[in-house]
Amino acid sequence: MNHVADIAAGRLTSDEYAANFSDVHPPLDRRRALIEASRCYFCHDAPCIEACPTGIDIPTFITKIASDNVRGSAVSILTENIMGGACARVCPVEILCQEACVRNTQESKPVQIGALQRYATDHLFDKGVQPFQRADLSGKTVAVVGGGPAGLACAHRLSMLGHDVVVYEARGKAGGLNEYGIAAYKLPDSFAQKEVDFILSLGGISVETGKSLGEDITLSQLRQGHDAVFLGFGLAGVNALGCEGEDLDGVANAVDYIADLRQATDLGALNVGRRVVVIGGGNTAIDIAVQSKRLGAEDVTLVYRRGAEHMSATGHEQEFAQTNGVKIKHWAQPKRLIGQDGKVKEVEFEYTQLDDNGRLMGTGDTFTVLADMVFKAIGQTFVPAPLRNGSAEMLELTNSGRIAVNEDRQTSLADVWAGGDCVPGDDLTVAAVQDGKLAAHAIDRALRG
Amino acid sequence: MADLRCNIAGVTSPNPFWLASAPPTDKEYNVVRAFKAGWGGVVWKTLGEDPPVVNVSSRYGAVNYNGQRVAGFNNIELITDRPLDVNLREIKQVKRDWPDRAMVVSLMVPCEEEAWAKILPLVEETGADGVELNFGCPHGMSERGMGSAVGQVPEYVEMVTRWCKKHTRMPVFVKLTPNVTNVLVPARAAKAGGADAVSLINTINSIVTVDLDVMAPTPTVNGKGAHGGYCGPAVKPIALNMVAEIARDPECGGIPISGIGGISNWRDAAEFMALGSGSVQVCTAAMHYGFKIVDDMIDGLNNWMDDKGYATLDDFRGAAVPNVCNWKDLDMNYEIVAQIDQQSCIKCGLCHIACEDTSHQAISAAKDNGARRYEVIDEECVGCNLCMHVCPVDGCITMRRIDNGKPYMTWTEDPRNPANMEAAE
Repeated sequence: MNHVADIAAGRLTSDEYAANFSDVHPPLDRRRALIEASRCYFCHDAPCIEACPTGIDIPTFITKIASDNVRGSAVSILTENIMGGACARVCPVEILCQEACVRNTQESKPVQIGALQRYATDHLFDKGVQPFQRADLSGKTVAVVGGGPAGLACAHRLSMLGHDVVVYEARGKAGGLNEYGIAAYKLPDSFAQKEVDFILSLGGISVETGKSLGEDITLSQLRQGHDAVFLGFGLAGVNALGCEGEDLDGVANAVDYIADLRQATDLGALNVGRRVVVIGGGNTAIDIAVQSKRLGAEDVTLVYRRGAEHMSATGHEQEFAQTNGVKIKHWAQPKRLIGQDGKVKEVEFEYTQLDDNGRLMGTGDTFTVLADMVFKAIGQTFVPAPLRNGSAEMLELTNSGRIAVNEDRQTSLADVWAGGDCVPGDDLTVAAVQDGKLAAHAIDRALRG
Repeated sequence: MADLRCNIAGVTSPNPFWLASAPPTDKEYNVVRAFKAGWGGVVWKTLGEDPPVVNVSSRYGAVNYNGQRVAGFNNIELITDRPLDVNLREIKQVKRDWPDRAMVVSLMVPCEEEAWAKILPLVEETGADGVELNFGCPHGMSERGMGSAVGQVPEYVEMVTRWCKKHTRMPVFVKLTPNVTNVLVPARAAKAGGADAVSLINTINSIVTVDLDVMAPTPTVNGKGAHGGYCGPAVKPIALNMVAEIARDPECGGIPISGIGGISNWRDAAEFMALGSGSVQVCTAAMHYGFKIVDDMIDGLNNWMDDKGYATLDDFRGAAVPNVCNWKDLDMNYEIVAQIDQQSCIKCGLCHIACEDTSHQAISAAKDNGARRYEVIDEECVGCNLCMHVCPVDGCITMRRIDNGKPYMTWTEDPRNPANMEAAE
């Protein structure tokens, strides 16, 4: 009998990998899209529009689907949200537009806005159409730091408004978390790169990869070389557990593993444990837990220090993890990671509860979970180092340690704007796109005086 | 259990649900299937003179609305394309096998007395219960001087009806075309000619859709299309009005009516009956879903009649006719205003925008911290019902009567009527 190691690659057949990492929500065909579109009431002052961070005119785009004006529908979406294709796939619609749908009140079944948005945007992408044009050129150039949703949204809108844009991207590809961070089955078939190509096909945007702020380029240089700067470089740091055994083999940051998975050409070459423990309660925790299971892990246990209602992963995501065979344990925090021969073997958790002041405390009771791999997913942090000039901050940060911006996403420096995860607010693709769009319009106003 | 037996102009059937003269009644095979399913009667698809007509390929067009297929339907099919003797033989056999079901035979021959005199005895010989004169078919046959070409000329209607009454003892139903400005004129002509009943409506001249690629109407026959006859749920309101006009016309003298036009279920049928129809005829719904639909028609009508305490069809037939009046006889003092049930309101805002953009600005829109609230401004509301109709929640918007203590006052009596002003001067 073949012995399979506790951490091993190739646990599944290639067909199983393909099935496990294909589109988690297959697209609507025309017939189903028309039926779903017919459910939209075309509300006045529609609550769904208000619930969309980018303010997409949802009833209008759905009406256009219903009349088979699918191209018009896609343009309505992309006008407000150039990453409408990715957002249709990754947005937590259950807490945004679909939560606001009036059909919930009536029948607890919202219009499937996300699926319809995908139907419309896919149609345009499949035709390879770039429906936007650039305005008369202004002769101005803008530097965008970070090729993620915030940066690309800003770049596309700036280019439309007539400005030339250079995007500086630290990694090898643009796309940001859509390329490196989102669960693979949410954006299969290289969708993130297709979307980047679509955005760049407008023209006027050049992307310089491998350019990291603070290492390869500095903010001062960018300010000198461009008429304005937009910072959208996200969160570079990962929170540590701060407990014994964190450096054992088999312990990894979820975001690093997901980035590897997203770039893997052969999923069968990825090592995954027989028993996987995930620590954290956000979407990254859900994504790594489910992907571990889908890579063939036998037991995946997600442990969160508070209750289900406190998890930043939506109820929908939690349920998705559970239906994928992930066991979720609430009210426990890691106490130590126990190793053998330098490899993690189990994790000791302490039960938690809230004290009389509502603060989290350990109860003193413990339990252990066997683990061959442990993924840390307890949040990412903003690393301000690239913005320092010596020891002095070049621009103002908030108390929470992110870049302070005003309503226009302008920083404390008059010619520098910022958006996406590196500024306060929801860490969502759709919120990042809105930041980039708003900043682009503010930059345009500033440059045109 | 209510008694659904129907008697119209002496033609009896176990229930009032008949299949209209159309493809479902073109031959023995279909009609036997219909009778097995429970249909009370049929009007056999229109017979004509031999040689039989020839039909084209591609015959039906449909209007699909918001996901509902065949909300409206049209056809360019002509009368039966089978030899007369085949049809007559089958009619005879079916009537013999199903003696309790109504067997009415639709006829269309040229506008010459001898043509009618020749075909009527042949039909009578089958044992059929009655004939229906097809004066309604608006396409194809009308180009040959038959169908609606007859129905649109009241003198012809009367003349042919009279011939038929002269040449047969069978009850004569005259099927009326809606493609006229006033259906009362041909209806009165049928009555004058001695018709025992009228059937209406036949189909409406129509082009259901234009194929924007072929640039031709549908159904498209090798790149071209001709107008067809429109039917199905979409035409029901037109049919109901025409039935009501005849039912309340003193000159028509209470002539029995076989109601036709978009009847898809028992409720539609009950509405036609409330406006005076005896039997009702169905076609599109059967062509869409098959003969089985008659089960709910019978069952549903029965249950509704039991609920209402109606023992027979006559107990409610025509009950709504006295309440169909002219506009000038409506009560000018009747006042209602819309009322929104805030508990069931889902905040779609459709009532507000409909009133704001297109009516009387009588529904306010307020937003408090994201919570929407729509309220009727009683002083501005004219009681038009628009909001109630656009509201997607049943029962959320209702119309509340304002008790103003004023008596029933018609426009004729209204002092605001210019005629009355002049009189007062």
